[in-house]
Amino acid sequence: MHANATRISYALESTLESVNTAEQAALELASKTGFDQNECGRIGIAVREATINAILHGNRYDPAKRVTVCFESTPEGLTIAVRDEGPGLDPASLPDPLAPENFLKSSGRGIFLIRAFMDEVGFPSVATGAEITMTKFLRTPAGGSAKDQRDDAKDDQEATQ
Amino acid sequence: MTMKTTSRQVDGVTVVDLSGSITLDEGSAMLRKTVKGLAQQGSRRIVLNLGGVTAMDSTGIGELISAYTSVRNAGGELKLLNLTREVHELLRITKLSAVFDIQDDEPSAVAAFQH
Repeated sequence: MHANATRISYALESTLESVNTAEQAALELASKTGFDQNECGRIGIAVREATINAILHGNRYDPAKRVTVCFESTPEGLTIAVRDEGPGLDPASLPDPLAPENFLKSSGRGIFLIRAFMDEVGFPSVATGAEITMTKFLRTPAGGSAKDQRDDAKDDQEATQ
Repeated sequence: MTMKTTSRQVDGVTVVDLSGSITLDEGSAMLRKTVKGLAQQGSRRIVLNLGGVTAMDSTGIGELISAYTSVRNAGGELKLLNLTREVHELLRITKLSAVFDIQDDEPSAVAAFQH
């Protein structure tokens, strides 16, 4: 965990109201982390899509199951993990929404949008259910990300040792 | 914010003004029903004015596609008007901006049916 991190976790019911709760929390924390309005909106959509997937495809509205949404805000950016208690997810099995056979389908774009809006997206293996992690890095005034700046400083430090 | 739709006729074109969210459980079904109903009633030239749309997610994108295909299947045409920056971005990322006829002002959208 980052030394200057703020962590907030929610255990949400498997209802559509939880989608709005998670999105609203993401918007507020993204703003506090330092993202501009446009980036906050993109992060909000990414969290919304991940929570929809967890409730619909993971927990399938099962009232006995919860969706856990964890936020970690650091000086470098914002990381979100959304976890369900469903049957699990194989990311390799996800259809490509840009493929001709899927292009005009009315569903199947949620994770595609998450990948488009976030800088890093992962699917760590978990004992039960499915988890998606996503990170958005703050941009520095020079245009790079705060993570790039940290990595460069680390490389410089190692080079001088 | 729940979605609201208002339909009006402009020079033989049905303009549907949308406001609010086109997201899962908030208006997405209403959009589908509205456009399908218009097509069943004989509207063949439909413009969706999205200027008042405050939020859209992947469900909303799917509903736009459903609206587009239902009008096309009925032998009509559907155009989009006044997209917000966010909706523009969603359609660009999903490459759907190449599918929809997107117009920036109402007179142009209505006139586009004449060509």
